[in-house]
Amino acid sequence: MDEAKRLVELIPRLRRYARALVGERATADDLVQDTLERAWAKLHLYRRGTDLRAWLFTVMHNVHVNRVRATRPVDPLEDEMPELAQRGTQADALLVRDLDRAIARLPADQRAVLLLVTLEEMSYEEVARTLGIPIGTVMSRLSRAREKLRALLGEPPSAKLKLVK
Amino acid sequence: MNDPINEADLQAYADGRLSEERRKAVEAWLAARPEEGERIAAYRRLAAEVRAAYDTMLSEPVPPRLAQVAARRPQWRRVAAVAGWIAVGIAIGAPAGWQARQERTVVQAVPETTIFARRAAIAHATYSPEVRHPVEVGADDEQHLVNWLSKRLGIKVRAPKLDDAGMSLVGGRLLPGENGPVAQFMYQSQNGRRLTLYLRTEASHNRETAFRYARENNVGVFYWIDRDCAYALASADVSKEELLRLANLVYKQLEGS
Repeated sequence: MDEAKRLVELIPRLRRYARALVGERATADDLVQDTLERAWAKLHLYRRGTDLRAWLFTVMHNVHVNRVRATRPVDPLEDEMPELAQRGTQADALLVRDLDRAIARLPADQRAVLLLVTLEEMSYEEVARTLGIPIGTVMSRLSRAREKLRALLGEPPSAKLKLVK
Repeated sequence: MNDPINEADLQAYADGRLSEERRKAVEAWLAARPEEGERIAAYRRLAAEVRAAYDTMLSEPVPPRLAQVAARRPQWRRVAAVAGWIAVGIAIGAPAGWQARQERTVVQAVPETTIFARRAAIAHATYSPEVRHPVEVGADDEQHLVNWLSKRLGIKVRAPKLDDAGMSLVGGRLLPGENGPVAQFMYQSQNGRRLTLYLRTEASHNRETAFRYARENNVGVFYWIDRDCAYALASADVSKEELLRLANLVYKQLEGS
């Protein structure tokens, strides 16, 4: 099964995206686990020759949306504590925490677009396909996400941002 | 290409995705507008920071539980956590209309369930080492135990049967909780490993959550809410995987009860 092998190879990327998306490790891996289980179950629906990564991230997106609706938020500290030791340097941890906090404050739909573009380096078309939204929406969400992130992380906001629809 | 530069061009420029020609046009445009130039430069810095922060995940070893999902693919149904089932069920039940609701679901609250899980772990650590008095009412009087706890909690309580998983009921006790009485059932394996199920009534009815895992010192806890009841299954003697398997058994037996 080529797809099966490829799917396994994509696990680290799923974990990276999930980690940035939900802001902490344990929930991120829960999300990845649910995604893999669903992907295994639905692999027959995947059309060979199409982009497996985009398909997998679509599965993850759907699972995530449903999880957010079906579950209560987890106290990040609770699950994070035992694993802090595995983290990199203190400075890295601080940077990650600031980013986690800022990213968590983005509206969910903007967050997904920003992370698929930035981390997965998907083309805007791929992001549109993955999330099932028009490309114009991808661009406007990306623009809003970046401006908000910049404001949250203390970069001076552009004085007069012309918002282009 | 004399099209005016728009915001989408600027975003694509920040991502380095413009054609050579368009890139030069944007650069010329930005050169005349230092403020916009600074904004786009900031976007680039942010993107680099985001990548730097999360790229470490790529070089980390995949946790065993995720590798296991892949390895056990043919039996995936057996190992699927209830969390997955709930997500799947909802995916089938409500495919549309999520976008409108998405905005309000990201509100973060300090979950009271976290306190619940912690209390379950503490209760486990308190009573599971007891040799002579691990429970108030023993399994030999299970009917009385269940009736008593049901009466005090105000809902019908059942002690799940875990004998097939090698855990037999020792008995149970009533404990004080945050908002009223809590019940604890204790189980024990032949070689003395202990497991407790901690449960309380749930005020917000008809709510379901996925399994959550927490650890308090050496006590692992899987906890979840199913309609009228919140459950926490705790043990210091079994692995996380084994505890999850037991939690699945408990969940299946008590589902909707």
